[in-house]
Amino acid sequence: MATPVKVYGPPMSTAVSRVLACLLEKDVNFQLIPVDMSKGEHKKPDYLKIQPFGQVPSFQDESISLFESRAICRYVSEKYANQGNKRLYGTNPLEKASIEQWLEAEGQSFNPPSSALVFQLAFAPRMKLKQDLGVIKQSEEKLAKVLDVYEQRLGESRFLAGDEFTLADLSHLPNTQYLVSVTEKGEMFTKRKNVGRWWSEISGRDSWKKVVDLQKAPPPKSA
Amino acid sequence: MAVLKVHGSPISTAVMRVVAALYEKGLEFEFVTIDMKAGQHKSEAFLALNPFGQVPAFEDGDLKLFESRAITQYIAHEYASNGTQLICPDSKKMAIMSVWIEVEAHQYDPHAGKLGYELFYKPMFGQTTDPAAVEDLEAKLGKVLDVYEARLTQSKYLGGDCFGLADLHHLPTLHYLLGSSAKKLFDSRPHVSAWVADITARPAWAKVIAMQKS
Repeated sequence: MATPVKVYGPPMSTAVSRVLACLLEKDVNFQLIPVDMSKGEHKKPDYLKIQPFGQVPSFQDESISLFESRAICRYVSEKYANQGNKRLYGTNPLEKASIEQWLEAEGQSFNPPSSALVFQLAFAPRMKLKQDLGVIKQSEEKLAKVLDVYEQRLGESRFLAGDEFTLADLSHLPNTQYLVSVTEKGEMFTKRKNVGRWWSEISGRDSWKKVVDLQKAPPPKSA
Repeated sequence: MAVLKVHGSPISTAVMRVVAALYEKGLEFEFVTIDMKAGQHKSEAFLALNPFGQVPAFEDGDLKLFESRAITQYIAHEYASNGTQLICPDSKKMAIMSVWIEVEAHQYDPHAGKLGYELFYKPMFGQTTDPAAVEDLEAKLGKVLDVYEARLTQSKYLGGDCFGLADLHHLPTLHYLLGSSAKKLFDSRPHVSAWVADITARPAWAKVIAMQKS
């Protein structure tokens, strides 16, 4: 059996959970290595060697060390193309082009406002930080416009890039999970008919349910 | 070969990113100007090409794409044997380049784009630059460039040994920042400065600038 790959970071991190979802879709065994962010472990020299921006996740397998969750997902999807979900990253150039387009849309249009809302509404209260109402309002307005585009697209197509679940859909799971389950902004997704249908489908996948379980597990004690 | 078309404004950084890739590959293309002042990017015809109402939009025969970094990836893969190699055939090297492609998109561009907006676009549209915003953005971009400085002591280009998409994606915002007070952020870091000088001197990039001026 292949040596498990290593993923550094807490599963509650949206970017870490993006990678975990991909690994589970591809049936790749992994070892989750804790990084105690409350103690600043991610900013210490040892960690900065593998992730110079001091962020999670980072990733290692027997031959390479990587960071940036979407780059890790692309690498895993290519390397393990023939196992697990074989359609995750497309099977021909046209499929791939469409997946890349919607993956970029996620990264450039969906992620900034949804991340800001996740931080303000889900994390800031836990961290006892003051919420910025202006940011919340602006982010909600931006996200609404993006979801209007998604509503139209998902009326034409079962998933974002086409008829199959792909990395493009997967990339949306982490932020949406927080917004739907922990904040009152979930309605933004569930009230839109096509977006709501899509969210139900993608979040109902076994791989995502396993990630959510990992997020709920108590954090391991630091070594 | 089908006609390649780019729809957009020649001064848009995202449009320039795509045009740079096409010139690097030596590919012929048709440029369809979108009049953003007149709101043409929000017209029904354009929304059919990019439902987000943003430039660029791209066509290769029947294939339609949006998002500049998805378009450049498509061009780099589909036309791999034309002109400059912009991706790595070796999968491990490509994985490393992929990391730095994401770094440009998620670490560099958020600050560089906003800084370019403050220092370049706002004056062009008769609006006032916000000095507090500039100071804040320059500090944030400076931290990113510190990481670049360290990376470029170990690697000739950001993505690896050869010039590729990871480097090319920076050119448009770089171009605007080099023409502003933010130039000092790049000049003050020797490896970053050398890398900037190298990539901005590429003949394909000169063609992008010339196209803007014509």
